Amino acid sequence: MSARPESCASRDGYGRALLRIAEDPRVVVLEADLGKSTKSCLFRSEYPERTVSLGIAEQNMMLVAAGMASSGKIPFASTFAIFTERAFEQIRNGIARPGLPVHICGSHGGIHTGSDGSSAQAIEDLAIYRTIPGMTVIHPCDDISAEELTIQLVEMGGPSYMRTARNKTMRQYDYENMEHLRIGRGSVLREGSDVAILACGVMVEMALNAASDLSDEGIESTVVDMHTIKPLDNQLIDRLSERCGCLVTAEDHITFGGLGGAVAEWLSLNRPTPLEMVGVADRFGESGDTDDLMEAVGLTPTGISNAAKRSISRRNAIS
Amino acid sequence: MRLSLDELTEMARKCRKDIVRMTNAAGSGHPGGSLSAIDLMVALYGTNLSFRVDEPEWEDRDRFILSKGHASPAMYAVLHQMGILAESDIMSFRKLGSICQGHVDMRWTAGVDFSGGSLGMGMSFGLGCAIAAKMDGSNRLVWVMVGDGETQEGQVWEAAMAASHHNATNLKVIIDRNGIQNDSFIDAQMEIGDIAAKFSSFGWDVKEVDGHDLASVVGVIDWAANTQERPVAIVANTIKGKGVSFMENNPAFHGKAPTDEELGLALEELA
Repeated sequence: MSARPESCASRDGYGRALLRIAEDPRVVVLEADLGKSTKSCLFRSEYPERTVSLGIAEQNMMLVAAGMASSGKIPFASTFAIFTERAFEQIRNGIARPGLPVHICGSHGGIHTGSDGSSAQAIEDLAIYRTIPGMTVIHPCDDISAEELTIQLVEMGGPSYMRTARNKTMRQYDYENMEHLRIGRGSVLREGSDVAILACGVMVEMALNAASDLSDEGIESTVVDMHTIKPLDNQLIDRLSERCGCLVTAEDHITFGGLGGAVAEWLSLNRPTPLEMVGVADRFGESGDTDDLMEAVGLTPTGISNAAKRSISRRNAIS
Repeated sequence: MRLSLDELTEMARKCRKDIVRMTNAAGSGHPGGSLSAIDLMVALYGTNLSFRVDEPEWEDRDRFILSKGHASPAMYAVLHQMGILAESDIMSFRKLGSICQGHVDMRWTAGVDFSGGSLGMGMSFGLGCAIAAKMDGSNRLVWVMVGDGETQEGQVWEAAMAASHHNATNLKVIIDRNGIQNDSFIDAQMEIGDIAAKFSSFGWDVKEVDGHDLASVVGVIDWAANTQERPVAIVANTIKGKGVSFMENNPAFHGKAPTDEELGLALEELA
């Protein structure tokens, strides 16, 4: 799957997906005064009778969604990623515990969100939602995959959380090349045997750039778009551990409990393998241009390629 | 099915016995708030609620959301007396594998429409059910029972505002105003003031009722069912522990089961 030159934000894909799944009359959309930002506004303009505005009241929104789901609807509820966290207990007790098919989309996740600053930059969302039994957790890398994965949620059954990004990233998929894009299955975007880089969200593009840089130095990497954090594609991780013997994770998220944490849990319990994590250290973000911020917190292709070399060195020290 | 006043009175008595029996057998649970709510629930199930005993998950049933989910013994007692739950079900309350979980849970019990246990969420859930019913063009009603202490949760007022905005005329909320919460009397913990005036100011139609006068309760439930102008709130003035003298208005029995000796005394009073 070669990168296409266009770029778009994953939230745009979410908005387009809502329009495409609207033909299912069970689909309803819930908003908390951020529809223009999450892109649920696209659905609202076409289907106002199936769009429910709840104002700036996320806790209420989550339980209204649960009630609608219990009545046969398939609700898609969105706000900023960080504000979904305000309703964490509502999601845990009101949605996930009864196993209701409510699909929560948190946009503007991660440091990548930029100048709004640390209050908006959710860097813990993937970790906290991953801890909820039965919850699917997804973080797509571009608009095309966000669109496709959102469409797949309709028939999935249980609850889910999807993080989308505010800012544009390079497209990694196109509409003619999505047959391997499935919830719960990592998408291999590049093949190589020296190291495996598992990335999600905006870090996928950087992982591919890092892989290109590494290749210039004679290091060939596999790059996976690990868009589904839960359920984790354990079989793929096993195969990559076998093939490469060392791994790197890359996420715009704190290094505790997210993609890196999930991969580390699996490997340490099942298949001990050198692993390096690229993510946000134990700190909050701050205001700034996205590129400057990502550089400041170490979320760069160079950060990934350096981590790859460390992981390779650790593997070589063992073998 | 519409029960007579005598039948409702008899059913409430049996439900009270179930409540003290199942909490005693479990060795834990919340009898106080179950006994305050039971007349309201019996009146609702016995006169107005549209449901099917042999098909508890009938999709066009009226919904009953027990937001104060700790009053699960009242829920199970009503479902038992209505023939949906068996004696063995309610007597396994809170035991491993029981379909009668500690707090009401729709995933475990057919006939339960909500998973409670965390206060403040049921009105929002009920609003979602009410909006969905309107979208479906259904006349089904959504009834929510909320504790008075529960209205200290901010989410209750998010839901109150949203119900009014969305003109949820099919949403009917009953507030069990028993005046006691977990730690002690509500006025000592966090005064909630004139709850009827608060709902009224949020754009709801509100009536108050003596929550243990079954004739009055039936009257106000009929009124609520037929009022289709605005969302409706019924403030039911009740007595925590009602029907068992030593539990009445006694904060100790919010979350404490009767001992074997206390059970004997309670059953004598309820004979």
